Amino acid sequence: MSDAALSNREQLSYIAAQAADARVNVELETEGMTLNIGPQHPATHGTLRIIAKLDGEQVVAVDPVMGYMHRGYEKLAEVRTYPQVTTLINRIDWVGSFANEVPFILAAERLMEVEAPPRAQWIRTILFEMSRIANITLFLGDMGLQVGAVTPAFFAFRDREHVLNLIESATGGRFHPNFDRIGGIKDDLPAGWITETRRVMKKMRKYCDEIEILVEGNEIFQARTRGIGVIPANIGLSYGLSGANIRGSGVDWDVRRDNPCGMVHNETDWKVWTHPDGDSFARFWVRLQETRESTRIIDQLLDNIPSGPIMAKVPRIIKVPAGEAYVETENPLGVMGYYVISKGELVPYRVKIRSASFNNISITPWLLKGVYVPDIITILASLYFILGDIDR
Amino acid sequence: MPDTDLARNELVARFAAHLGDGLLESHVEPDVDVWLRVSRESWREAAEFAKNGLGFAYFSFLSGIDWMPSPFGREMDSQIDIALGNDEASKIDQTIVQGIAGGETRFQAFARVNDIVNGLGITLKVDLPDDDLSVDSWVPVYPGANWHEREAWEMYGFSFNDHPGLRALYLPSDFEGHPLRKDYPLLARRMKPWPGIVDVEQMPGEDDNEDGASSE
Repeated sequence: MSDAALSNREQLSYIAAQAADARVNVELETEGMTLNIGPQHPATHGTLRIIAKLDGEQVVAVDPVMGYMHRGYEKLAEVRTYPQVTTLINRIDWVGSFANEVPFILAAERLMEVEAPPRAQWIRTILFEMSRIANITLFLGDMGLQVGAVTPAFFAFRDREHVLNLIESATGGRFHPNFDRIGGIKDDLPAGWITETRRVMKKMRKYCDEIEILVEGNEIFQARTRGIGVIPANIGLSYGLSGANIRGSGVDWDVRRDNPCGMVHNETDWKVWTHPDGDSFARFWVRLQETRESTRIIDQLLDNIPSGPIMAKVPRIIKVPAGEAYVETENPLGVMGYYVISKGELVPYRVKIRSASFNNISITPWLLKGVYVPDIITILASLYFILGDIDR
Repeated sequence: MPDTDLARNELVARFAAHLGDGLLESHVEPDVDVWLRVSRESWREAAEFAKNGLGFAYFSFLSGIDWMPSPFGREMDSQIDIALGNDEASKIDQTIVQGIAGGETRFQAFARVNDIVNGLGITLKVDLPDDDLSVDSWVPVYPGANWHEREAWEMYGFSFNDHPGLRALYLPSDFEGHPLRKDYPLLARRMKPWPGIVDVEQMPGEDDNEDGASSE
């Protein structure tokens, strides 16, 4: 008898709750719901899943779910020799691969106390900046795509091809060069590469102009990005945001200029771009200027590239002396660093990979609170993450 | 540049003055980097002082180290590795040797914060005893530590007091074990030994006479 009474009461309370909900919905015209974005979604560059709790069109809370692409590189690096590790870490940020290798190689070089010869440093810097162009070109087109403009994406893939061809002709790999070595680089530049690069850099500057006209000046694009997803500088710093995300909040900080290590950006005349607004538009704008700046850096480096050897004297079988080193560089996505612990063996003892996107995307639970559903996509796109860089 | 060196030494002195006995050991590599090891009780205090007292507003990362020599993997290396003179390394010495700034325990948590105005970074370390792998969370100081602590929780089994929600970040919620610990076997490596350094790559500038025949 008690069971029946209980179920009766439950039923009544359920009906009462439904009625109350319905009343609220009629009054406020909103309805709570949970929206699942991903893991497979065109806006997530891979498999990031976002569970958004909504109140009507407004986000109450978001919970990003990662790990669909976790490959355990920190564990795998512990059983691979130093030259083999670069093969793995190439795949962290797969649209700007060469830049991933550099900080790891620099950390190993610091432990071994070797320094690459000038020509190697020059070529390293050129390829580093080239991978930034290859990476951010894609972003500039993709950002348009996320607000509904399809054309910029085609432009991006069209012009990115030129840069990829250059990377391929110099390194042999389109996406995963695996070109950086402890003590230098693998090969010298092929004949005619410098002339071809100058031509392509001109082309890339033209591409930036096109994006400026097509996307940046577009009224709809501005309406969708200006004032949306504002990150104050102090919040951004405490979340460890880096790259254009923090420079878009007015923080004048670039590792290339402030803590140069093993690369020669400061031999050229270049500028760190910042934007005071901290919104999606500012992040887009800073990246656009950075791409132009990269082409300028490459042009200047090509002007005064030194001759000489491309490899320092390093033993054939590389054993890194015991010690710890942390080296970070300003990668296309932001600051990337490797904390390498060596015990004097063929393999590293521990490699902690500090990837930019992991920190950049960790601000989303704070940032997406209170925004409207369509803005989730533009804000995520403007933070610009590569999933391999989050999951590692 | 002796200036940056002075800056790093002064940094250590200010930490020592503020934390007192809380600062256990420090190491300055001139013009390169600085390491500090603090006691477990003053782990959050150190973060607060770094952020509010010294201007280290930028949170870089937080993770863990397991100093136990791995019992797995090395004996499975190919015979060629051992023949190349690495046989003494393949015998596993089980003594625990900590790295820079020392330590007393098998597990250490370590984190890095930056002062972006002066271009300085510090690495902070803390010892975690085996019977209680817990330490105060940094989330109240640096909100960005949230995901990093979740990662350290699942990968090493550390727990962080006052963390707003310690749950799995990458791994399925029913995953057993802590993969980045050294006693967690890497199964792929157990199943199939890695060929190791069989493919020694030709260094640029080296004559490739011995490989000339094979390339045809």
